[in-house]
Amino acid sequence: MQTAMKRHLILLGLAIGVHTAYAQETISPALPQDKPVFLTNATIHVGNGEVINNGTIAFSKGKITAVGNSVPAAGSDATILDLKGQHVYPGIIAPESKLGLVEFESVRATIDAREVGEVNPSVRSIIAYNADSKVINTLRSNGILLAQVTPEGGLISGTSSVVQLDAWNWEDAAYKTDNALHFYMPSLLPVASSGRGGASSTDRLKVAMDQVEQVRTFFREAHAYQQESKHAATNLKFEAMRKLFTREQKLFIHCDLVKEMLIAIDFAKEFNLDIAIVGGSDAWLIADILKQNNVPVILTQPHSLPVMQDDDVDQPYKTAAQLQKAGVLFCLSNDGFWQQRNLGYEAGTTATYGLSKEEALTAVTLNAAKILGIDKTTGSLEAGKDANIAISAGDIMDMKSSVINKAFIQGREINLDNKQKQLYEKYEKKYGLK
Amino acid sequence: MKRAFEKPAMALLSRCLTHALNRYRSQVVLLALLGCGTYASAQETFPVNGIADPREGCFAFTHATIVKDAQTTLQNATLVIRDGKIIAADPGAVIPKDAVVLDCKGKYIYPSFVDIFSSYGLSEAKRGGSSWNAPPQFLSNTKGAYGWNQAIRSEVNAVDLFTGDDNKAAPLREAGFGTVLTQQPDGIARGTAALVTLATVKENKAILREKAAAVYSFDKGTSTQNYPNSLMGCIALLRQTYLDAQWYKSQPAKEGVNLSLQAWNANQQLPQVFEAADKWDVLRADKIGDEFGVQYIIKAGGNEYQRIPEMAATKATFILPLNFPGAIDMEDPADARFVSLADMKHWEMAPAEAGAFEKANIPFCLTAADLKDVKQFMANVRRAIAYGLSEQKALEALTKTPATILKAYDKVGSLEAGKLANFLIASGPIFSDKTVLYQNWIQGNRYIIKSDGWNDIRGIYTVTLTPGNSYSVEVRGTASAPLLSVLQKDTLPGRIDVNGKLVSISLPLAKNSKSSIRLSGIISGNSWAGTGADTSGNLVKWSAVFVSNTTEKAEPIKKEPAPVMGALLYPFNGYGWEKLPKQEDLLIKNATVWTNEKEGKLENTDVLLRNGKIAQIGKNLSAGNARVIDGTGKHLSAGIIDEHSHIAISKGVNESSQSVTAEVRIADVLNPDDVNIYRQLSGGVTASHLLHGSANAIGGQSQLIKLRRGQNAEDLKVANWDPFIKFALGENVKQSNWGERNTVRFPQTRMGVEQIYTDAFTRARDYEKQGPGKRRDLELDALVEILHQQRFITCHSYVQSEINMLMHVADSFHFRVNTFTHILEGYKVADKMKAHGAGAGTFADWWAYKMEVQDAIPYNAAIMHKVGVVTAINSDDAEMARRLNQEAAKTIRYGGVSEEEALKMVTINPAKLLHVDNRMGSIKVGKDADVVLWSDNPLSIYAKAEKTIVDGIVEFDRDNDLLLRKRIAAERNRLTQLLLSEKKKGTPTQKAAFVADEMYHCEDLQGGHQQAIGY
Repeated sequence: MQTAMKRHLILLGLAIGVHTAYAQETISPALPQDKPVFLTNATIHVGNGEVINNGTIAFSKGKITAVGNSVPAAGSDATILDLKGQHVYPGIIAPESKLGLVEFESVRATIDAREVGEVNPSVRSIIAYNADSKVINTLRSNGILLAQVTPEGGLISGTSSVVQLDAWNWEDAAYKTDNALHFYMPSLLPVASSGRGGASSTDRLKVAMDQVEQVRTFFREAHAYQQESKHAATNLKFEAMRKLFTREQKLFIHCDLVKEMLIAIDFAKEFNLDIAIVGGSDAWLIADILKQNNVPVILTQPHSLPVMQDDDVDQPYKTAAQLQKAGVLFCLSNDGFWQQRNLGYEAGTTATYGLSKEEALTAVTLNAAKILGIDKTTGSLEAGKDANIAISAGDIMDMKSSVINKAFIQGREINLDNKQKQLYEKYEKKYGLK
Repeated sequence: MKRAFEKPAMALLSRCLTHALNRYRSQVVLLALLGCGTYASAQETFPVNGIADPREGCFAFTHATIVKDAQTTLQNATLVIRDGKIIAADPGAVIPKDAVVLDCKGKYIYPSFVDIFSSYGLSEAKRGGSSWNAPPQFLSNTKGAYGWNQAIRSEVNAVDLFTGDDNKAAPLREAGFGTVLTQQPDGIARGTAALVTLATVKENKAILREKAAAVYSFDKGTSTQNYPNSLMGCIALLRQTYLDAQWYKSQPAKEGVNLSLQAWNANQQLPQVFEAADKWDVLRADKIGDEFGVQYIIKAGGNEYQRIPEMAATKATFILPLNFPGAIDMEDPADARFVSLADMKHWEMAPAEAGAFEKANIPFCLTAADLKDVKQFMANVRRAIAYGLSEQKALEALTKTPATILKAYDKVGSLEAGKLANFLIASGPIFSDKTVLYQNWIQGNRYIIKSDGWNDIRGIYTVTLTPGNSYSVEVRGTASAPLLSVLQKDTLPGRIDVNGKLVSISLPLAKNSKSSIRLSGIISGNSWAGTGADTSGNLVKWSAVFVSNTTEKAEPIKKEPAPVMGALLYPFNGYGWEKLPKQEDLLIKNATVWTNEKEGKLENTDVLLRNGKIAQIGKNLSAGNARVIDGTGKHLSAGIIDEHSHIAISKGVNESSQSVTAEVRIADVLNPDDVNIYRQLSGGVTASHLLHGSANAIGGQSQLIKLRRGQNAEDLKVANWDPFIKFALGENVKQSNWGERNTVRFPQTRMGVEQIYTDAFTRARDYEKQGPGKRRDLELDALVEILHQQRFITCHSYVQSEINMLMHVADSFHFRVNTFTHILEGYKVADKMKAHGAGAGTFADWWAYKMEVQDAIPYNAAIMHKVGVVTAINSDDAEMARRLNQEAAKTIRYGGVSEEEALKMVTINPAKLLHVDNRMGSIKVGKDADVVLWSDNPLSIYAKAEKTIVDGIVEFDRDNDLLLRKRIAAERNRLTQLLLSEKKKGTPTQKAAFVADEMYHCEDLQGGHQQAIGY
């Protein structure tokens, strides 16, 4: 027994040794903005579709004070950066991620994304958000400055929170806590019970519909519970639903297929909820209905294969443009956590397939902010909003030109170093490449 | 009788009724006994309990239309049988005095059918002993002196397991079958099949041939052993067993007695039957047969009509099933969306399979195998006929062809003296849908299928009541379903019910009258008589006399023209060609040409493609006969080569059962129908290196293909290519993420992985030195090729320690590791890789998906490249492969690689790694015409592949793609309407259902998945 313990300790020691070998730990969150900053001569992509050539953006104490071609001159205390030839963007927002909840997908000990149970409205992702995850810094250096951290599992998996990506701990990181409750719709995909040509399993669909009904019942009971202020026994699950019914919190419904989305819309109507659909692979089939019902979509991963072999080969690339055309409010997301750093490029693809470049940018900035409920303070480069800014040498949505030189979160200039850059530098030295 | 009176209730019954009831009971007993009392002569060795009852069973069937075989029909002929055999079948046959004569006027006699693919009389094999969480099983669980693999069951003989089963025989007999070849459908080698009849005789007599064929498949059946767990593993096992059996003939002392191999060898004398699941499996089976000089008789899967020329080329005789796919319920459009066009088209076209085979002169049999309900058989034969199969061919496919290939045409398959008395008596031509099958005689035993109508009573009669009037009555309809009407001013429909010779009729006397005359009686030839009640209920006597034939005209048999169907597509999916394209000469004018050669990027340049090669590069080239494509403002690059792909693979990408599976070959399991071929062409990919997965240290042999849409497996392959093999290191190989039960396969550590290699190559070296008479081992053959630099390694790898290790092993055995794939820590050992001469194929930016990628960095490719390692960016993913140009562009973002060098990472560099840089990977005169015309700089996210050209054929064209979309929509709509009308007609339908396409990543152990990304 003792020997076994000893071995564990030795292993643990080794593991720590590996981690501390690199300097990632010295990448500190930045101090609050102390001086006004003026970014001048830049191409400013506002995030709302507007582009300001040769413009200036000023921010102070974390807030944008002025944007445009005729910004009042900087005071003597201001830092002025001449950004001639460079592009200024609102920080990209990853609206759907496991960031900080997962460190290594295959290692159970590093996964804090999925709780046990079917209905867990009181579970909060922000609690497990690891502000020291090595993954976070690899996102910032690609201009992703905010993320919604989402729990998964069961039917009602808990609440997400939006975090800013420069923080000492989860409390610092919290940008908007519990912004949405998450409902994972059971799949209504008709699947053959016995291979090609087999009949679809009706049982499976029935189970799914029963589960939906289970959630509906839960919502009804929670709603009724809240009509009475005194309860002999407090029900934390019902309590956790309060803000949802007052529309202070949104319900994000994860689903992809037409029938699933129709159920989602019906849900919103029955309980008068502020919802968004997360996923929406087949949203293009009912874009008009989504528009009529003002249901926004967090569209998952344009870089996907078509759902069906007969679908247009570029269907996932062009779904965004179809939603735009129908007037649906949507933003783009990516699965996973480390993958979020490619979100800008996913936006680029939607621009190749029908969106204008500025519309594509809006789909990962202002629209994301609107859907997550943070557009009052971020998502675009407008006076009064937080100075969440990424500066790129070239087009941020094109990997061949996107090089993020500087970034600010709430006016703080953040350190764009990360573990991977450090390893790069280490081996550049080894091979004399520098 | 006594027992009946013991019951008080019985005592109340009249004496007469009691007698009747008792006779009923003995009748039931008699019926049961009849099953045993058969006309085939008794067996000498069996004692008789009671009085011997020898009978010769001599019958004469007179005045029949006898269809002796598909070619010969005799009118007004007589069939004579005795002792279960045919004595004569011709118009002038002498009727023996002791024959029971049966008048078959107007009836047709056919040979009973032969089903060559049945498991009648054999119990289903049971999968035993292993639960899902059982540890891996490395060797066979079969007890005894048998072979190592549980799926090789060559020692199993159906004849040993066969027991007659009347419940199973009856429906087959009703479908017309008299004889079947029966096998236990279990395993890759299934042992021998027996030829048996469906007569209810003792097995000793029913068995016509004990070992009539040997049967094989690609399905391991109930075997609980891990190997093989992929289709390519099944194929490898078959191949190795052929070799082992050959070797076993020399009685090697090392092997001892191996009953499986012994039986295998003995079985080679028999006809060899192979069950294939689909058209590609047919070709796979045929290929193995060719390798070992075996011509299989191939049981088809049902979609072979999609590749008729390939089927014909096998030279096989086929066994075609008739389980056509059911109609799909398309009512709900949201669900109908999940039905693929390919499945709808298959529904439409599958019944045409037999007709297509006939048209192509491919010999075939028909089988009832695979039908959920054998009752469906005749209807489906008729459907096949409606879809183009001739009746003559259908009969041949059910009689002569199967009998002949089983070398049993001397016994069954036609009506000739000396053959078994296996025949059908029908009311008309056997495949006509009005025809009633009355009787099926097997070995001289009569089995009544339908007795109604045997006596044709149709005609006009005068019915006379006493007391009462006479009425003129007509009996029409069909012989087995007669209709009756009273002929008056208004013809009044009555009712007739015939049961053997008993008849009951009712005659209405006025239109809409509620009362009628009800009569019951007996039919004696042309006069009927009996008793009844008139409309007032008075007892009457009656008689009826035949007056004349009915005036009803026989309905002419309408032969409906074969249904008009949609076009075949190559590949068989929405994006297939209707006609395979021909190479054309193309001139791309005025493009920015990324040559990948020392010329670099050439502006405003023309490229001429001729005969599938790049013929000329320059300015203002003359087109000649070439089609001109305007490249103004566009970019032309070499086609993208994906160094690490798993598309277009069938039934498993990993043979994960053993740590060394060098014998399995991706080349055996290509799936040319994969829609990802088209999708990747749309992303500029022209060639893909299809790798075995990474589940074991030495995986299978890989295959380089070109994305030649619509070609078959052989034609997808790049010819004259240095063969490669997949190796793997790290977590997958040591099963780190396989769950708790997978902790016993060696190795479980990186230490063990090294020993696997050392051991494998040591064995290979020793094997090579063995003298004559050695057992040829396909696994070691592949390793020997590696030792001689005749086969090259692509090795899945992550961390620096293991990368170093493999290079050391290779050095010590004097070979070179050609390529490290994944190689996410390659940047740490780039100098060592360069020194060793290894190249790299890596991901642009993947990491954090497991522990061994914690130090993965997106700068990896840039560092390796700068150190001088030939570096490629690859996909391992069907989605990412569509935008490899963008993945390459990430090396610009991470590590500052130049644009031209970045593009090389998905073109010429993978070509170098695959040893095809002399013919692919750059735009150079003489190289293959594999090029992509891009809308923009190919490294930009905004670039689309507008045309992807392979061997001078435009395989993807963005304008044509729009037409294909329209065609898909139109064809989907046409078939949807057809299916809807089918449902309206009352055809049973199955619910619309989604069927996932086969898709793999290198770590997938079982199936693939549509969208998600695996580890």
